[in-house]
Amino acid sequence: MTVSLSGTEVAKQIASQFPEAIAESSNQAVVVKTEYLLKVAEFLKNSPDFDFNYLNDMTAADYYDYFEVVFQLSSLNLNHKLMLKTRCYERLKPAVPSVCCLWRGAELMEREIYDLMGITFTGHPNLKRIVLWEGFQGHPLRKDYL
Amino acid sequence: MTIKTEPFVINFGPAHPSTHGVFRMRVVLDGEVVLDLEPVYGYLHRGIEKLAEQRTYTGIIPLTDRLDYLAAMSNNLAHCIAVEKLAGIKVPERAEYLRVILAELQRLCSHLIAVGAFLNDSGAFMTPILYMLREREKILDLFEMLSGQRLTYNDMRPGGVSQDAPEEFLPALHKFVDQMPRYLDEYDQLLAKNEILLARSKGVGILSKELAINSSASGPVLRASGVKWDIRKAEPYSIYDRFEFEIPTGTAGDCYDRYLVRMLEMRQSVRIIEQAMKQFPSGEYRSRVPKLIRPPVGEVYSRIEAPKGELAFYIVSDSSIAPYRYHIRGTSLINLTALRDMIVGWKVADLIVIFGSIDICMGEVDR
Amino acid sequence: MSSYLNQMLLQHEASVRVPPDWPGGYWFHWLFFTVVIIAFVLTIVMGFIYFERRALGRIQSRLGPNRTGPFGLLQPVADAIKVLLKEDIIPDKADKLVHWLAPIVAFFPVMLIFAVIPFQNGAMLVDLDIGILYIMAVSSVSTIGIFMAGWSSGNKYSLLGAMRAVASVVSYEIPLVLSIIGVILLSGSLSMNQIVIAQNIPFILLQPLGFLLFFISGCAEINRSPFDMLEADSEIVAGFHTEYSGMKFAMFYLVEYAEALAMSAIIATLFLGGWRGPVLPPWLWFIIKIFVVFFLMIWTRSTLPRVRIDQLMALAWKGLFPLALINLFITGVEVLLWPAGLPWLAVLINIVIMVVLLLLWSRFFKLGWGRVEI
Repeated sequence: MTVSLSGTEVAKQIASQFPEAIAESSNQAVVVKTEYLLKVAEFLKNSPDFDFNYLNDMTAADYYDYFEVVFQLSSLNLNHKLMLKTRCYERLKPAVPSVCCLWRGAELMEREIYDLMGITFTGHPNLKRIVLWEGFQGHPLRKDYL
Repeated sequence: MTIKTEPFVINFGPAHPSTHGVFRMRVVLDGEVVLDLEPVYGYLHRGIEKLAEQRTYTGIIPLTDRLDYLAAMSNNLAHCIAVEKLAGIKVPERAEYLRVILAELQRLCSHLIAVGAFLNDSGAFMTPILYMLREREKILDLFEMLSGQRLTYNDMRPGGVSQDAPEEFLPALHKFVDQMPRYLDEYDQLLAKNEILLARSKGVGILSKELAINSSASGPVLRASGVKWDIRKAEPYSIYDRFEFEIPTGTAGDCYDRYLVRMLEMRQSVRIIEQAMKQFPSGEYRSRVPKLIRPPVGEVYSRIEAPKGELAFYIVSDSSIAPYRYHIRGTSLINLTALRDMIVGWKVADLIVIFGSIDICMGEVDR
Repeated sequence: MSSYLNQMLLQHEASVRVPPDWPGGYWFHWLFFTVVIIAFVLTIVMGFIYFERRALGRIQSRLGPNRTGPFGLLQPVADAIKVLLKEDIIPDKADKLVHWLAPIVAFFPVMLIFAVIPFQNGAMLVDLDIGILYIMAVSSVSTIGIFMAGWSSGNKYSLLGAMRAVASVVSYEIPLVLSIIGVILLSGSLSMNQIVIAQNIPFILLQPLGFLLFFISGCAEINRSPFDMLEADSEIVAGFHTEYSGMKFAMFYLVEYAEALAMSAIIATLFLGGWRGPVLPPWLWFIIKIFVVFFLMIWTRSTLPRVRIDQLMALAWKGLFPLALINLFITGVEVLLWPAGLPWLAVLINIVIMVVLLLLWSRFFKLGWGRVEI
């Protein structure tokens, strides 16, 4: 049975490596600061305790004040999972580092978020609109898009 | 004297007989050899995620039918499980068993189409797919008995299923389950040792174990690459922990393994249905759930093992009757991440075979 | 019909002995057989279309066309009418002249083949001394038509299909001709009629391996499944005739089935004893044998997946070519051993040799699994 890792526990471990990385943590999820995202993700992927080798899903939600990018990570070897989040307070040009270099699976997920939510992923190899056509105005999944 | 040659660009799709819908690939060819490939998505985008934000939790179910329309039951199940987790709804025993039976029938159904279409793509003129459609028809009859529909069932509800199984359902299911292994033997006889099929699919389009995991492939594509990972075992949802079954895995991760894993999975599905039929309890088929579900504020990421892989819904609730954010993990889309790596260097004919072996459904790719 | 044919036959034999008396019997003979051949090809092609669709339906556990006329017998007629009434579209980027010429270039060689095929003893347009050689020479010409079609359409799929067609046909000519030579050694003649007369034992028994090779390379030559590379509907849409519509498409459709008919007729003549057979009239025997061979083609088509182009080449050069050479050698030795004609013992020997060779080849020769070197 997959163990759902407690966010606070994981946050402690991350904080021991990157003291300023954690923005918030709850039982369900860890929220890291955007600028530390890549480092934390790399740590989570490569540390033998976590070994998050599989990126289940990646999505974003619009909370008016900020965008929340949500990662669902799991480890196929240790069979545990974690919800990792990062928040992006910029509304006009939100940008989050791309995790494509760690998990290739993020490639299409990030393109989708870019397309529908308008978050730029810096370092993505091929950031283009995916389901909507080039030249489409706006990003439909934002709450202010009607 | 050298002859001047240059690669040329050719469009596969969006209207092409074997792109399984409206998928498009811009392919750079040097003669017959694929030099580069760029998939183009979005021809079937209907904005289901946005539509779902305007609908009640029950009202979304018909939308989920239209995701992977070859496995609508699994989509219903995934959605209902997610809503139940979010709202803390209990499901009665009988409904759980019915759900498992339906989900496994749906897996059979989807794999039959997957294998049939794969063989059709590799050029077996219609015969295998028509054989498989014959059995799929029987499953559709069973679904019709239950839900009145043959493709978009809209059958499951948060807290159970929409209708109880009619009297004639179980005998008909019994008959089908008795027949199915023989049909599977028949397919194996026709296909498993076919020299041309072996030549076309063995060693073709290899997806290595590392790349499969790294590119988030799931379902038969992941298992064919030798990863023993099945959410039914890893994180048993519904009542899958009560059944005995195995996870077939491949070794090489080539097209043949993907084909074989699907064939073996079908046998396991039959096994699960057999067990579920034996234990099938009587009782309520649906718990009492309010018409308008208002889950507490929160979020859930709930996943199931759909026929094509990990199907998951990420739902954020703000305690209103509609979800605040409704995200679908499109299995088919994410399985296509490594498409380019699998195809480049192969010939046009292999392109079609490799693409067919991944088994995608455009409704789920573009959503 | 039969008695008339016999009459014709007598006239024909007379005309062979005596130089044709211009414009007497020979003229009439020519006219009669031209009409017969065209009528024969068109009707049998329609029969083939119906037969193929019904047989495929049966094999694929469905019904096949059964609505038009009794048992759906008028389905080919309905198809023909439909296709004739369709608009004829020429793509903008097409080379108009070549695009227009291609169906004709593909069609006429197929009709020419039937000139030397005996429907009955001596009942043929011309009893050429080099009949089979003539067939091989003429039948290759339709490839040019197919290539013209693919090239002139201005469509990349068509071009791919055309290139595949040329590649496969050129390679498969060789095992095809080599397997015929075995037959020629046995019969001692190139004339189609003499080959039939020589078959006291049908050559399929004396040349089982040759028959197999000829059937396989024949299927490849006329692009029937599993070698239908040039159409490959799941890969390159419809290959060379993607851009054809209306009557011109109908011509290609006709060519496809007429080629299948020609190949069946050649196989029936070379290996199955042509028009020879007990009780029934010879021309009926001939048609029955044609349908039997065609059924074999339908069967393979509905059972096997398509091979890849490089596997197709590998099969021709590594599989069929050496086998054809060995077959030729063995036949040569046998003909030297029994100059008066092969006894029934040779049937047994040849079948054993075939089985051994096929087992050997299936053990050591693979269709080329995995990645090919490029």
